[in-house]
Amino acid sequence: MSLVTEIAILVLAGFVGFAVISKIPNTLHTPLMSGTNAIHGIVLLGGLLLMHEAQGWFEHLLLVIAITFGTINVIGGFFVTDRMLEMFKRKPEPEPETETEVAGDAEAAEEQP
Amino acid sequence: MIVPAVFLQSTNFIDACYIVAFSLFIYGMSGLTGPRTAVRGNKIAAAGMAVAVIATLLTKGIWHGAATPWLIVVGLLLGTAIGLPAARRVHMTAMPQMVALFNGVGGGAVAIIAWIEYRHHFGGDYPLKSEIPSLFAAVVGSISFWGSNIAFGKLQAVIPSRPIKLPGQAILNLALFVIALGSVVALAAGTHSQALFIVGVLLVAALLGNMVVLPIGGADMPVVISLLNAFTGLSAAATGVALNNTAMIVAGMIVGASGTILTNLMAKAMNRSVPAIVAGGFGGEVAAPTAGDGERGPVKSTTPDDVAIQLSYARQVVIAPGYGMAVAQAQYAVRDLEKALEGKGVRVLFAIHPVAGRMPGHMNVLLAESQVPYDLLKEMDEVNPEFARTDVTLVIGANDVTNPAAKNEPGSPIYGMPILEVSQSKSVVVLKRSMASGFAGIDNPLFYEPETSMLFGDAKQSVSEITAAIQAL
Repeated sequence: MSLVTEIAILVLAGFVGFAVISKIPNTLHTPLMSGTNAIHGIVLLGGLLLMHEAQGWFEHLLLVIAITFGTINVIGGFFVTDRMLEMFKRKPEPEPETETEVAGDAEAAEEQP
Repeated sequence: MIVPAVFLQSTNFIDACYIVAFSLFIYGMSGLTGPRTAVRGNKIAAAGMAVAVIATLLTKGIWHGAATPWLIVVGLLLGTAIGLPAARRVHMTAMPQMVALFNGVGGGAVAIIAWIEYRHHFGGDYPLKSEIPSLFAAVVGSISFWGSNIAFGKLQAVIPSRPIKLPGQAILNLALFVIALGSVVALAAGTHSQALFIVGVLLVAALLGNMVVLPIGGADMPVVISLLNAFTGLSAAATGVALNNTAMIVAGMIVGASGTILTNLMAKAMNRSVPAIVAGGFGGEVAAPTAGDGERGPVKSTTPDDVAIQLSYARQVVIAPGYGMAVAQAQYAVRDLEKALEGKGVRVLFAIHPVAGRMPGHMNVLLAESQVPYDLLKEMDEVNPEFARTDVTLVIGANDVTNPAAKNEPGSPIYGMPILEVSQSKSVVVLKRSMASGFAGIDNPLFYEPETSMLFGDAKQSVSEITAAIQAL
């Protein structure tokens, strides 16, 4: 790919990012941060792509660390964001007491495995 | 149907997978525009990541070498073994630390990858098209790694959260920045020195990361965390350019855009410029002239029973939470209070200042955890007109974001910062541990106003006592 193409992708992605992210409400800013943490875990791909070129124990070690870091980002980021987002509930309309109880129980049951 | 391996390993197929992956990232993120679609959005983005990783694992030649498959698997398993339990167990009150740490490891991975790339091209065949983004990634990734670790240390209280400053810090930071920039230019211009890369780029950037975050006070943390988030994203995008990987470019730019937007929002909410915050928090010096407590009138202190009576006979109550609520882990007690008041027919709203807490949206997540419906949480602009109609405002562990000095004392260090205008409500009750000032040591005139009364003690216990008293009425 030529440098110009890559810069074009970079610039367009920047604009798309601004357009999408600026619509996200304050309420969800913490999940947004942890979600984007997960997304920048994509650097994991760099570690995967370079491993076979590594020479010597030092480079191998560094790349294992890079893959580990990237995986922590991806797995940890998406899971913790999911956990957080599941907690956001609207005010239940008809019977507030029971509604929230049920929702809470269902969630607890889901988290068991 | 058997798909031939040749097809799966072809560059076209893999590039197509990357396009699918980044489309899913963008689509998933657009789901975050509302709490109802957000859970699905996050899952879509995660699916995009799975597509990107699988496509990469299919790439021809990446399994080459006897040890390679094992090392890749070890890295993936190790990352999962650390990331998964951390994500499952972390308390919502500890989210800022967690985000700082995740930010840091991302930056660290970027810096390592740039280093390996540089080592492989050591000797001179590195095309500038890849070398420049790679050097950029090394500097920014390294700053992000060390800066985030310091931020983590401060949030976890391993390092004191007050600003730690050296004499001549600003000049030192500038010098470090110039050295890093000079090293990058020298390397790009053709100096092939392994030592220059390690010392001039990685090490200087590491020092810079430490130096930039150490002088920043606790309340400036939302800005710093957002800024580091943007840094990691941009460095990931640069790595994508260096490695010709479209998924990395797009993903990195989305994160960069998100971090930049949040940084600006946070800085605006404090009425301070990002460079001013990075140049060092307002610590020590400004505290001295305003510290004299005696000159202001006496403060009125109250009891949980009195507050309970006040609240029960109110029509509308606004709760303004701050970092103190997180420290005292009072979010569940606050939820119980809200329910008790609702039972009495009182309308309860929550006033959320954008920089309340230690990261963007910190209060919202804590209150969501304790199952306060998110439609009761109001943003600053939405809630400020409500205060005039409010009978009682309950300030729980918030200080500077309610400080009227920001509006009417031009000499105050926080003058100009938009605040929650709590003093417009008929009465204000401030829950506070003691008369100690906020993080910057700025006195809060709100406490001395005639309609304000103070309820001293642990926020969680005070709130529980108020709730018990309301239920007993």
